[in-house]
Amino acid sequence: MSDVLTQRCDVLVIGGGMAAAWAAIAAAKAGASVVLVDKGYVGTSGVTATAGPNHWWIPPDPARRREAIEQKFAAGLGLGDPAWMERVIDTTWRTLPDLAPYYPFGSDGNGGTYYSGVRGSEYMRGLRAYATAAGARILDHHPALQLLTDDDGAVVGARGHARLTGADWEIRAGAVVMATGGCAFRSGLIGSHGNTGDGYLMAAEAGAELSGMEFSIQYTVSPAWASTRTLPYGAARYYDAEGAEIVAPPRGHAHYQALGAALLKGPVYADLIDAPAELPPILKDIQPFTPLPFVRKGVDLFRDRWPIKLFGEGTIRGNGGLRIVDDDCGTNVAGLYAAGDAATRELATGAISGGGAVNSAWALTSGQIAGAAAARRGLALRDRPAGMVHAVGSAGIAPASDERTVDRKAIEADVDYHMNGYQHSLWRSRTQLSESLALLDAHWRSIGDHGRSEGLALVALRETAALTATARWCTAAALARNESRGIHVRVDAPALDPAGGVRLLTGGLDRVWTRPEGRAYAEAAE
Amino acid sequence: MIAHIFEDLCDGCNRCAAVCPTHVLDPGDRVPVIARLDQCQTCYMCELYCGADAIYVGPDSRQPESVDSQVIRASGHLGRVRRDHGWDRPDEAGHLDRYRLLGPLLQEGGESAARRYRALTAGELDVAD
Repeated sequence: MSDVLTQRCDVLVIGGGMAAAWAAIAAAKAGASVVLVDKGYVGTSGVTATAGPNHWWIPPDPARRREAIEQKFAAGLGLGDPAWMERVIDTTWRTLPDLAPYYPFGSDGNGGTYYSGVRGSEYMRGLRAYATAAGARILDHHPALQLLTDDDGAVVGARGHARLTGADWEIRAGAVVMATGGCAFRSGLIGSHGNTGDGYLMAAEAGAELSGMEFSIQYTVSPAWASTRTLPYGAARYYDAEGAEIVAPPRGHAHYQALGAALLKGPVYADLIDAPAELPPILKDIQPFTPLPFVRKGVDLFRDRWPIKLFGEGTIRGNGGLRIVDDDCGTNVAGLYAAGDAATRELATGAISGGGAVNSAWALTSGQIAGAAAARRGLALRDRPAGMVHAVGSAGIAPASDERTVDRKAIEADVDYHMNGYQHSLWRSRTQLSESLALLDAHWRSIGDHGRSEGLALVALRETAALTATARWCTAAALARNESRGIHVRVDAPALDPAGGVRLLTGGLDRVWTRPEGRAYAEAAE
Repeated sequence: MIAHIFEDLCDGCNRCAAVCPTHVLDPGDRVPVIARLDQCQTCYMCELYCGADAIYVGPDSRQPESVDSQVIRASGHLGRVRRDHGWDRPDEAGHLDRYRLLGPLLQEGGESAARRYRALTAGELDVAD
């Protein structure tokens, strides 16, 4: 680590999507000095930039909000939190219009403004401009590799690599917001290539716990050659290679099982002849990225039949992430806050997917809350003298045994197969999950025992380590939740367990552990 | 995946290398270099941000595509993503006025699929219909 660029700030935000930007904005507006480091570029990074996120949008009418929360709480099968839902709805309603100087909100058709749905590329460009105007300093192409802790174990910064200049960096901060997004295990889901679970790994290395990692099965249909994020495919009819229609339940796990079973046998085709007639002429105006892969392939989206693929969403449309332990979006590690898909979304949606709307509202809200809380801590610690710091985490950095080449491609292919492969995720069972976990554990050991790199190669190796670690937490949690609940479905335990309405925590590195929230380790072990 | 950078159109600003979220491109002296194609996720962001309309991204995210640059040049694709977005005129009134129609139309599509499934499973409709 020669030639290390060092800086100091009140709040360090790690990540570059909407949650990170909203966190940087809140922290800067609270008077903190803010540095945001992102692996990519704030504006194009993450799954929002190519999407069209809607936000959970309920006017401040007490009866309507109560009804929305009651519905969402019931749908969440006991794992949601009505107080958090109220905060998410209210914060989103109050805050999203603040973006108006930086984003051209359209008309609501009634002389007012339509706020809730936004086009992702313009939204992220607007958030970058807003964060910059608020005073946050954005460092693009600055992947973080390790968190820094003080002698008490509190998080006090991060260390990483600036990939365009080749220099390493170290930034000390009074508080760190982790907003690195979810993880789709490199399924090819558009926007998710950089979403490799880096934040989960760095936080876990500092001692953070995760929650809801079993809620990691979600897929989206797209043309086989490219994933799109705006999804007009809800109206689709599906066919096998012989042209026979595949009758799939319209939504839910059974929908994906029907398509997944057909895809395991051979190609599956879709058409959109049942789509509303008003959609084809305006889709390009709304989201140019969706028809584009069809136009360039010479396929008519609304008239032709085209092959499909189910793209895994992992914890992006799934729910799992860093456990939130207080009203500040704090994790169980002092100085470390979590926002967006890097955090568990169970508080807002329970055991079901937050889809686009709740997840976006959660990203905005948790970003705002985590940013403001991190600013309070950062400002309070501003004058504390610099002490000893420790860079935590050793996978890919300090091998436990002899240094050897780690076959990253082979490990990532296994992670993809076991996490996104239809035969695994759509038919979870104890037997399959145990086999997956044994293999993933072996890969983790090989990285930890032998992996060592520097610079760009280290960034890539840490991604492989994070993908593997995230897959282990998801698989261990899926094994421990011996029932089916929401988007976690076990074919060998298809019923809801009346005692299962408790969040499930996981964590650990060389040994992955799980335990129900609210119970001590010893109790859980009995 | 990114398939071609038109050297005669490129003004060498290297903006694409700065905005690519997955570090596919390296800045170049005259034109940027496609240095890590295996990291391309076919997100079209380089094309969207290219003010010189000098980049073409092929539609297939699974493998590299070789394209005939003359065919692409004549196709009208260059710069179309940027124009379709209204990327350079974000403040123009009415730019995103139809956005509100998306959610209801997607929901309507989903509901029609659900009705068809109910009819098919109840035997009221045959897949040939």
